Amino acid sequence: MKMNGARILLECLKLEGVDTVFGYPGGTVINIYDELFSFKEIRHILPRHEQAGTHAADGFARATGRVGVAIATSGPGATNTVTGIATAYMDSIPMVIITGQVPTPLIGNDAFQEVDIIGITRPCTKHSFLVRDVKELATIIKKAFYIARTGRPGPVLVDLPKDVQIAQTEFSYPESIELRSYKPTVEGHPKQVERAMTMLLGAKKPVVYVGGGAILAEAAGELTQLCDLLGVPVTTTLMGLGAYPEDRPNALRMLGMHGSYYANMAMTYTDVLVAVGARFDDRVTGKLSTFAPHAKIIHIDVDPTSIKKNVRVDLPIVGDVKDVLARMVKEAQAHPEKVALFTSAIEPWLAEIAGWKAKHPLTYKHAAETIKPQYVIEKLRELSAPDAIISTDVGQHQMWTAQFFTFTKPRTLLTSGGLGTMGYGLPAAMGAQAAFPQRQVIAICGDGGIQMNIQEMATLVQNRLPVKIVILNNNFLGMVRQWQELFFDKRYSQTCMELPIDYIKLADAYGAKGFRATTTEEVAEVITQGFAHDGPVIMEFMIAREEKVLPMVPAGASLNEMVLNA
Amino acid sequence: MKHTISVLVENEFGVLARVSSLFSGRGFNIDSLSVAPTNDETISRITLETRGDEQILEQINKQLNKLIDVIKVIDFTDGSGVEREMALVKVTAEDESRAEVLRIVDIFRAKIIDVTPRSYTIEATGSPVKINAILELLRPLGLKELVRTGPVAIGRGSKGWKG
Repeated sequence: MKMNGARILLECLKLEGVDTVFGYPGGTVINIYDELFSFKEIRHILPRHEQAGTHAADGFARATGRVGVAIATSGPGATNTVTGIATAYMDSIPMVIITGQVPTPLIGNDAFQEVDIIGITRPCTKHSFLVRDVKELATIIKKAFYIARTGRPGPVLVDLPKDVQIAQTEFSYPESIELRSYKPTVEGHPKQVERAMTMLLGAKKPVVYVGGGAILAEAAGELTQLCDLLGVPVTTTLMGLGAYPEDRPNALRMLGMHGSYYANMAMTYTDVLVAVGARFDDRVTGKLSTFAPHAKIIHIDVDPTSIKKNVRVDLPIVGDVKDVLARMVKEAQAHPEKVALFTSAIEPWLAEIAGWKAKHPLTYKHAAETIKPQYVIEKLRELSAPDAIISTDVGQHQMWTAQFFTFTKPRTLLTSGGLGTMGYGLPAAMGAQAAFPQRQVIAICGDGGIQMNIQEMATLVQNRLPVKIVILNNNFLGMVRQWQELFFDKRYSQTCMELPIDYIKLADAYGAKGFRATTTEEVAEVITQGFAHDGPVIMEFMIAREEKVLPMVPAGASLNEMVLNA
Repeated sequence: MKHTISVLVENEFGVLARVSSLFSGRGFNIDSLSVAPTNDETISRITLETRGDEQILEQINKQLNKLIDVIKVIDFTDGSGVEREMALVKVTAEDESRAEVLRIVDIFRAKIIDVTPRSYTIEATGSPVKINAILELLRPLGLKELVRTGPVAIGRGSKGWKG
């Protein structure tokens, strides 16, 4: 059947299983929106800013594991998506972003709302396409989804000129796609897997270090099986939180700059380090020259460029983390006698770690007079549903959430780990809530980041997305203030927000509901009321203004040089 | 160390920009670059010269392979390939130097492709080492303008790209 390009796009999305898109109309996508008007199979959510729409598609993707889809018009619509695309790229989130473009004959003429969005996003997309002929459209959309979700996932941008949306052609959607230039490695080399198990089972002081790749690969089950079988200590990065239940005795919780003392000490003294879908980010390794100095390193990752990028690796395994871990489990199950020897050999190591844990647990000082932010996070864990989805912005509240929430399930923490995007939390929660209307979705924000996409309150109310927004309000850009306190002689340059905002009135203005706690006793009550309210909510907690995130590895220091009290 | 790398890519819109922005974005060097379609018109071949230690070269290789449009990356530094480069050189050629320029051109089996009363334009082809050698000799005679293609390379015998 003959269709125009706009309709073909929607038919392709439907065939890719897309049921929700986040988009903002405009001159060069008006034809898509005209088709969408009568296209009932796709739910369209209108954010109040294209950046938020892109973050919402990202949050949708992180919560579900499916490809998130965002639409924006050409020019400023397209440039507004850039932060959202870069955020997804840094954390390897599968997304397809459709941007309108001026008609093909006008491209390059500095036409109204024209921008070279392919050029602008080249460094922060996995791939991109400019559709120049409607006959190519269906194949390009097929390729875009295939590339976005396979291998190391990532955002793919499709730039769609207006005349291509109008042009007509026969629609047929390719069933499968083969790209001679793109063949991601899926199966890890069997010999390497065997060698890795031999190396791991020979360890006296092993640590498994897990990144977001384990969650992206849906490998949490295999990971947990392997680590529980071996009784090996497990630490996760910010992106890996939830891949292994943090409430298990052998969980070392998060490592790195604001990680636990015991995770960082374990990294310093380990003799065999197994990195699973992690990329040795500078916030994780601290000073590279003193990172895991005694360790042989096994690195499992689907992306060969991650291997040996920052640290030397003794045993690389390129492959799908899920597949590799499953085969490691099999290896271990086939040799119970070796496993038994291993578990007894690592007993002194586990005792050493238990010592570190007892000496410096993740903790904070309670205070009667003010609300401690860590206490709010602990209460949120206690009072929220077991399958609640948490999103965060970036800064102190993000680290307190990572330290004190205790994540036990994959895809329950949505946070901008790589790019560190303020303003991510609220729209990401919006995307997750659209995917899971029945689950509890909580956006934990600071009073800085919440202002960056506060307009999405309107989207929540309009679309009946009952996101619970938590604002840890210290009236500071807290993380930068903390650095200024510790490293810049308390010169609080431009980090005090000065003007207090009445978030209860603000919630009211959007047609939502606001609650505020100013004392520790009110915390649980506000959370209970907020969770009980049927609809989007702001819960504001007036927290201790100069509370710091501790422990901390100062930038450029080694992991064992942690500031524990400051 | 200098490396000559061949990158076989899909002959598509924007591919060269992807390759070059990979180098600039990650702080790798490109010393020279040449691009043209191959015998298979759907494939273009980029030959580039870059440098760096082993770790950087490994990253360059992996990052190039990671680009969706890249079909194959071949590093010829191990001597598995033959490299040739062309240079067009305009040199001063007046009374006393005219004969000397001609002698050099003859020795290097280069060609004069344009003549004026005051200059010769020379076409020289060969390995980058040979091009450097002829330039060394021409330079003192008055080198007015130099255009180099940068090397192109092909695998010896059965080595290289089997499309």
